[in-house]
Amino acid sequence: MLKTLRFYAARNPLMVVGVIVCIFWLLVSFAAQWIAPYDPLKQDVVIRLQPPTAEHSLGTDQLGRDVLARVMYGGRISLPAGLMVIIVSMAIGTVVGAVAGYLGGFWDELLMRSTEVFMAFPSIVLAMAIAAALGPSVMNAVVAMVLVWWPNYARVVRSLVVSVKSNEYVEAARAVGASEAHILWRTILPNCIAPAVVMATLDIGNAILLFAGLSFLGLGAEPSAPEWGRMVADGIDYFDQWWLSTFPGLAIFTVVMAFNFIGDGLRDLADPRTRKLR
Amino acid sequence: MPLHLYMLRRILLAVPLIIGISLVAFIIGNLVPSDPTAANLGERAAADPDIVAAFRAKWGLDQPLHTQYLTYLGNLLQGDLGTSIRTRRPIADDLARYLPATIELATAGIAVALIAGVAFGVISAVWRNHPIDFIVRILSLIGVSAPVFWLALVALLVLYLRLRVLPGPGRLDAVLSAPPTVTGMYTVDSLLAGRWDLFGNAFSHLILPALVLGAYSAGLITRMTRSSMLEVLSLDYMNTARSKGLKERSVIIRHGLRNALMPVVTVIGLSYGNLLSGAVLTETIFAWGGIGRYAYDAARSLDFPAIMGVSMLVALVFVVTNLIVDMLYYVLDPRIRTKEA
Repeated sequence: MLKTLRFYAARNPLMVVGVIVCIFWLLVSFAAQWIAPYDPLKQDVVIRLQPPTAEHSLGTDQLGRDVLARVMYGGRISLPAGLMVIIVSMAIGTVVGAVAGYLGGFWDELLMRSTEVFMAFPSIVLAMAIAAALGPSVMNAVVAMVLVWWPNYARVVRSLVVSVKSNEYVEAARAVGASEAHILWRTILPNCIAPAVVMATLDIGNAILLFAGLSFLGLGAEPSAPEWGRMVADGIDYFDQWWLSTFPGLAIFTVVMAFNFIGDGLRDLADPRTRKLR
Repeated sequence: MPLHLYMLRRILLAVPLIIGISLVAFIIGNLVPSDPTAANLGERAAADPDIVAAFRAKWGLDQPLHTQYLTYLGNLLQGDLGTSIRTRRPIADDLARYLPATIELATAGIAVALIAGVAFGVISAVWRNHPIDFIVRILSLIGVSAPVFWLALVALLVLYLRLRVLPGPGRLDAVLSAPPTVTGMYTVDSLLAGRWDLFGNAFSHLILPALVLGAYSAGLITRMTRSSMLEVLSLDYMNTARSKGLKERSVIIRHGLRNALMPVVTVIGLSYGNLLSGAVLTETIFAWGGIGRYAYDAARSLDFPAIMGVSMLVALVFVVTNLIVDMLYYVLDPRIRTKEA
């Protein structure tokens, strides 16, 4: 086991970097309450807009809050939000895609046409409308994103189901008298999951990016919350105080990059063809 | 199947799609538990039942939902997108006013993405594992990983505030007035008016937002072009082409790139969505008076007719983009012509 792991790690050093960076941010977010140097919400206008110093290594913001502490806490909102969008979208997309691919015919046509409708929808406009109407909150932003995100998974799972269902072992399952539901969920779907998971990993970064974008527009996390996109937005009004938006932006950047490394690595492992071509 | 039949079929398939989009837009606009009455009347007026009733009657909010939808669809067919509750102007007029700025920005963004993406992708594939390849791969990863709004801020900070090599937000310097409107795109209009000074200014204002907007798609296209090129370069017909004595350049471009472009074309169609969400963020930061900015303002004031108008417009663009992509497939891949699509 360890040997195989070392083998893959040597072939794909970027994936190792991605995993390390991800674990780093997960740990920092999880342990923020113990390791953050200050309370991320504590205001102190006397020390507002201080550049990075020994006491405040990433400086302070317009209300005198410690930027380092806020960046550390920021992952607590962005990471779960991005993950949640992907998990829920994948769940919905898998069910819709599996049913469409398995039943075929009229249902397939209907379900796939409706995914097209949602895909044609301007995701950010829809998200803005929902977030603005229901009030800006993390949950509403996630709902809005799921609404435009699930069709991607439905389409991928559908095409996988269609190709898997013609395999002989599916015929064999039918021959031994397995029920339709059993064939779909226990025989076909497990063979479709791997590519969908690879796609999901590659997608987590995108989800985090869009969520941060919504927060940046003021449609995600509430104004005072330590959230990365929100913090970048705070920095707009204080251009000369570059540390306000630079550091939270770097946090988003490194997390997304790490997920992209992992996604690329997984895709190469799943598809030996691309591995050969590296 | 000849091209015109192929296109006709695609266009017919797009009709139910557009109706579906209008329906979803309408349902979402009505499902949300917020009331445009409260959002658009003052607090005083919203407390007065007569004013509220008059407001609801005026905008047709007192009709049953399916009537509201049919009215909307009927108006839509006549090119009437309704009246914006916020600006009190016809939405079609609003969109026509803001669209050119977005088209200008998006076209520049796509140009950046395509030129940089395809060129970097080919270079990276041809010089695989060379330091150049390594640099290109890092750059493309930065492109797809950096939040567009952050990239915009950092770019403004460095290139505008510190180095002063490029102008700041806005479509023109504040002291200049816009060229006479023909297309609504300042770069084109200034040229039509023969104002080179204005063109230079408008163009310099366009550079930074276009680079920022195109960065994500450029990264995506680079990655796609690279892997697709690598696959094609390893195929036998490349060696055949070389052994025929063709120049390496012509082998790579005529035999390699042309065959590698198919997946790239798909990505271009798909990256449209990213480009649009990027446009909303980019326009907000660069004070670029386009559709993205308009949508953002509409969403903030719960102006559903306007949001639906933007959605319909964008969906239409989506449909047209995909038609173009389909057409490109047809041109690039002769196999489609013989297949039942």
